[in-house]
Amino acid sequence: MTDLHDVALTVNGVPRSARVPARRLLSDFLRHDLGLTGTHVGCEHGVCGACTVLIDGRPVRSCLLFAVSVAGATITTVEGCCEPDGSLGPVQQAFWDCHGLQCGFCTPGFVTTVTAYLDENPDPTQDEAREAIAGNLCRCTGYQNIVASVLRAAELRREVRA
Amino acid sequence: MTTAMMGEPIARREDPRLLSGKGRFLDDLGRYALGVAFVRSPHAHARVVDIDVTGALEVQGLVAIYTYDDLAGPLAEPLPLLIPHPALTHGRTPYALAKDEVNHVGEAVVMVVASDRYAAEDVCDRIRVTYEVLTAVVGIEAAREAAHLVHDDVPGNLAAHMVQEVGDARAAIDAAPHVLELDLDVERSASTPLEGKGVYARWDADDASLRVYTSTQASTSVRAALAAKLDLPPDRVEVVAPDVGGGFGVKIVHPWPEEVLVSWAAITLGREVKWVEDRREHFVSSAHERGQLHHVRVGFDDDGRLLGLDVTFWHDNGSYTPYGIIVPIVTATQLLGPYKPGAYRVEFSSLYTNTVLVTPYRGAGRPQGCFAMERTMDAIAAELGLDRAEVRERNFIRPEEMPYDHGLLFQDGRPLIYDSGDYPASMEKLKKLVGWDAFESYRAEAREQGRRVGIGLACYVEGTGVGPYEGGWVKVENDGSVVVATGLTTQGQGHQTAFAQIAADVLGVPLDRVTVTTGDTRRFRYAVGTFASRALVMSGNAIAAAARTVREKALRIAGEALEADARDLEIVDGVVRVRGVPTSSIQLSTVAVLSNPLRYAFDAESARATQFATPADPDKPPVAEGEEPGLEATGYYSPPRATFANGMHAAIVETDPDTAEIRILRYCVVHDCGTLVNPRIVEGQVHGGVAQGVGGALYERMVYDSAGQLLNASFMDFLMPYSTEVPTIETDHLETPSPLNPLGVKGAGEAGVIPGMAVFASAISDAEGFPITRMPISPSDLFHLRATHPEGAS
Amino acid sequence: MKPSPFVYHRPTTLEETLDVLAEVGADGKVLAGGQSLVPLLSMRLAAPAHLVDINHVGGLDRIEVRGGGVRVGATARHAAVERDDRAFDAVPLLRQALVHVAHPTIRNRGTTVGSLAHADPSGEMTAVLALLGGTVTLSRRGSERTVGAADFFHGPLESAVVPGEVAVEAFFPAPTGPRTGSAWAEVSRRHGDYAVCGVGALVTLDDDLRVAAARVGLISVGPTPEVVDVTEALRQLAGTLTERALRTAAGHASAASAAGGGA
Repeated sequence: MTDLHDVALTVNGVPRSARVPARRLLSDFLRHDLGLTGTHVGCEHGVCGACTVLIDGRPVRSCLLFAVSVAGATITTVEGCCEPDGSLGPVQQAFWDCHGLQCGFCTPGFVTTVTAYLDENPDPTQDEAREAIAGNLCRCTGYQNIVASVLRAAELRREVRA
Repeated sequence: MTTAMMGEPIARREDPRLLSGKGRFLDDLGRYALGVAFVRSPHAHARVVDIDVTGALEVQGLVAIYTYDDLAGPLAEPLPLLIPHPALTHGRTPYALAKDEVNHVGEAVVMVVASDRYAAEDVCDRIRVTYEVLTAVVGIEAAREAAHLVHDDVPGNLAAHMVQEVGDARAAIDAAPHVLELDLDVERSASTPLEGKGVYARWDADDASLRVYTSTQASTSVRAALAAKLDLPPDRVEVVAPDVGGGFGVKIVHPWPEEVLVSWAAITLGREVKWVEDRREHFVSSAHERGQLHHVRVGFDDDGRLLGLDVTFWHDNGSYTPYGIIVPIVTATQLLGPYKPGAYRVEFSSLYTNTVLVTPYRGAGRPQGCFAMERTMDAIAAELGLDRAEVRERNFIRPEEMPYDHGLLFQDGRPLIYDSGDYPASMEKLKKLVGWDAFESYRAEAREQGRRVGIGLACYVEGTGVGPYEGGWVKVENDGSVVVATGLTTQGQGHQTAFAQIAADVLGVPLDRVTVTTGDTRRFRYAVGTFASRALVMSGNAIAAAARTVREKALRIAGEALEADARDLEIVDGVVRVRGVPTSSIQLSTVAVLSNPLRYAFDAESARATQFATPADPDKPPVAEGEEPGLEATGYYSPPRATFANGMHAAIVETDPDTAEIRILRYCVVHDCGTLVNPRIVEGQVHGGVAQGVGGALYERMVYDSAGQLLNASFMDFLMPYSTEVPTIETDHLETPSPLNPLGVKGAGEAGVIPGMAVFASAISDAEGFPITRMPISPSDLFHLRATHPEGAS
Repeated sequence: MKPSPFVYHRPTTLEETLDVLAEVGADGKVLAGGQSLVPLLSMRLAAPAHLVDINHVGGLDRIEVRGGGVRVGATARHAAVERDDRAFDAVPLLRQALVHVAHPTIRNRGTTVGSLAHADPSGEMTAVLALLGGTVTLSRRGSERTVGAADFFHGPLESAVVPGEVAVEAFFPAPTGPRTGSAWAEVSRRHGDYAVCGVGALVTLDDDLRVAAARVGLISVGPTPEVVDVTEALRQLAGTLTERALRTAAGHASAASAAGGGA
């Protein structure tokens, strides 16, 4: 009964594929079949946001998707938010500057969410920044420095553009 | 470049890795390991009658199924009771797999090993366990009433009963001009880190050695426990805590049944085995905390000064007591806060219920104690018509009275003696920060707009840095890099940065040359663990001690090489030099090489230390008596007792007159944790604690029905705050260094959460005009309370 | 929490979809957004033998303003409907309610038609459909039927969709009348949570700016969305609206005009 499906996707700009059962969640596909363990799993019911990845630049919960259902899609994970030379991208750099992480488990979901958010809203106010991350849980930071990281990331992106 | 590291808000060294998706959390390891799932009891209290696995045997991917009958020797005995206590007369711990009886929904009954977690769950689905359902005991009242028992051999469901007293509180209260009584209720919550528990075990048959990775706060103790349970020589067991996605106390209990069973399965099957807890499992099979009922009697004078305090409380310890009665002991002792109680009597009963274990969750009993004390302070103020801050100030222990001996025993078995703190100064800062004195005019303005606002405050004292000890190891390698190790663990506290700052500061090396390892028994063998806000105090001081020893040795060796007096030498940027004569210098890396007289050279550096390379005194041995080769040292820190941090929080809330929704307008923190190594890390810890305080006051509650079913075992229904629920946190701080350790540090890990319930109860009470005695409180709760308090603001 | 095994179907046309659904009947479930379904599968609260993934069926993600309202196809994401300016101009209540549906990340994948078919008593779109008197079109092999909102929601998590059928489109009629305004408000425990109570409102004023018609659609107060005509109640209240309520209304109005939106 466990038919296997060939699932091919583009992940962080690279064509990747694996042969998996239909019920393989995208989160597990990325982590275990493709070895990209940056995306984390905190709840498997779509609430915590640690598993958030980008599909065509838009954030989605990878724990609520079957890999086979998104075959052919273009996916960005936290690993793909780095610069091409492997150094930190502006969002990651901002989190570092602002002490926006402690244990780091929820962080990949914030990085992808914030990356996508700033693509659409490059100049958020503090309230908007807080709202932007309102769908991701963090148990360590109390969110103060994550809000600061969003604003700092906007600033760094402006610097890059300038 | 300066190497003054202490007190600098240095960006964390662990971050680039974690930000790039290169974290190594438990489930990131063991890619080819077998997967594990458990059949867990769906009943809160039942006898296990039969386990039928026949339907599961044909499931694709099945490797093995284990029940209690497969366990033998120490494995078949109950898991350890970690902290015995004379008052814990009826301690009980579970078996690794249920033997005859299950005592909470979620207790493990059958372990399944399969090709992966998907297959393991398929197997679990087809295993049929027959139970004889028994009556569940749920809630403190039911436990106390004891119409039914959790454990047949524990009368009254009473695990422990303890009384501590100083002076004759009851007499003092009877003689007091004013007496008040309060009944208070705190509901259960839990740590809920974003990463659950996980265990990955590897058995090396050639070497007969076991390596276990586990998402734990106490790898050294897990090692000892596993060696005992699996009957292995301790030297053949290594335990490593990888990156851990939060602990907050829930990962301090050990060994988990899964730690023992997964390791045993790895040995039995000769395969790598990995178990990763899912969120539902975490809710029903890890640990909760906070549930207590308090009855307080207080006697006080016309000025609001405490004359006698008599507290009786009942603590729900869940179905088993592997962590002993630490939580209620902490409540009993930390309840006193920064005040002089006059005479004090505290009595608690720790009761069994058919629910998940209760073990420490950040605060570990302090939030409940703080709640009791602070509601009492507010009640006194209300009774006498006094300002709530004023009443507290009148009862403070004064700085000149430090050290202050309460005459009680703390959770470490040592006297409860506050070493330092300036409570009046903290209060002054807090009042200024929140605008305490100006609040009434703000309230009047708000009232004109039809808005209802209130202000609250709460004070706490926290015993941190409890022993028995921690150790640190520091070594300068031949290339001048410095490796540091300590046995306790890390779950986001920035140890790789803070500990590196300490070592770099003492040694005089650049920070980026220092690497720190924590929680790995291969690197450091003697340790206790990370809990009770102790890591920086304990390991920080141990690492500093080790680094000082290394520094002394380096200066001695360098002195010999430079023909200078060691006392005239300094180390700056990894270079040892004569103070004021920068040309007379030697690299620390060279000193490291020279410290290890070699016969064989492995590279250019080590060639300098070989026997023909440097002139040597023919009458002295290459390694002097009492000396050891290498530029390394181990240090330990073992304090006589805990060091006491303190803090005070204030909150301004707004309650909706119609919907009873509660909004936090401002949240202010003044905290004092002594000398700060990395202020940014400390502040981050406070922020996280405050968010958990908000959660515990307004959102988080474990909801059990009368049959012992946890109704909200998911993130959809157990409400943790998002960013929109946590206000901007305004902080100020004081530093009263600890006189008990060379660094002057105190712990800060739990600070943020301790007064959360108390401060919000105080603020909401103030807004509404009637006392709030139960936490957490939801808008619905407040709505109904208003109906029963016609004297209130509405 | 991992789903039980299932046979996966990935039709690319509606015809194929309906054929598969006819074959699998009650043993099959439709996968669209999956934001409600996948957690149920992961928790093994549901274990259908067949999953029919309609995300790759051409043409199902349409959002059109046609026939006096907004037509939303089966796989149109909440986020797409929310962003669609033409849809907003025709039926502002859609965007007004959608911003309260979970969090943006969920809305990027969850579908509006899917949430109607899911029939959660606290699903915002159910009350929007009911309040506007909308319809849902259900297709099966060989036939199609359109069900009005009043008959679509049968109970908590129970809609009119039967095995073999798939909801292919929802129609949200535009409110009529030159002075008709709409709004959505809800009380929830945390930002983005299920509503403890949610209300959509439609108010039409006459030329003298008096309430001519008003009705509300409510979620989380019963097993299905409730629509209540409050015209009389509002007429009674006008003139005695509390200071607070008027101030709040004025605040909303000036915020809306500052933002340049709103009818």
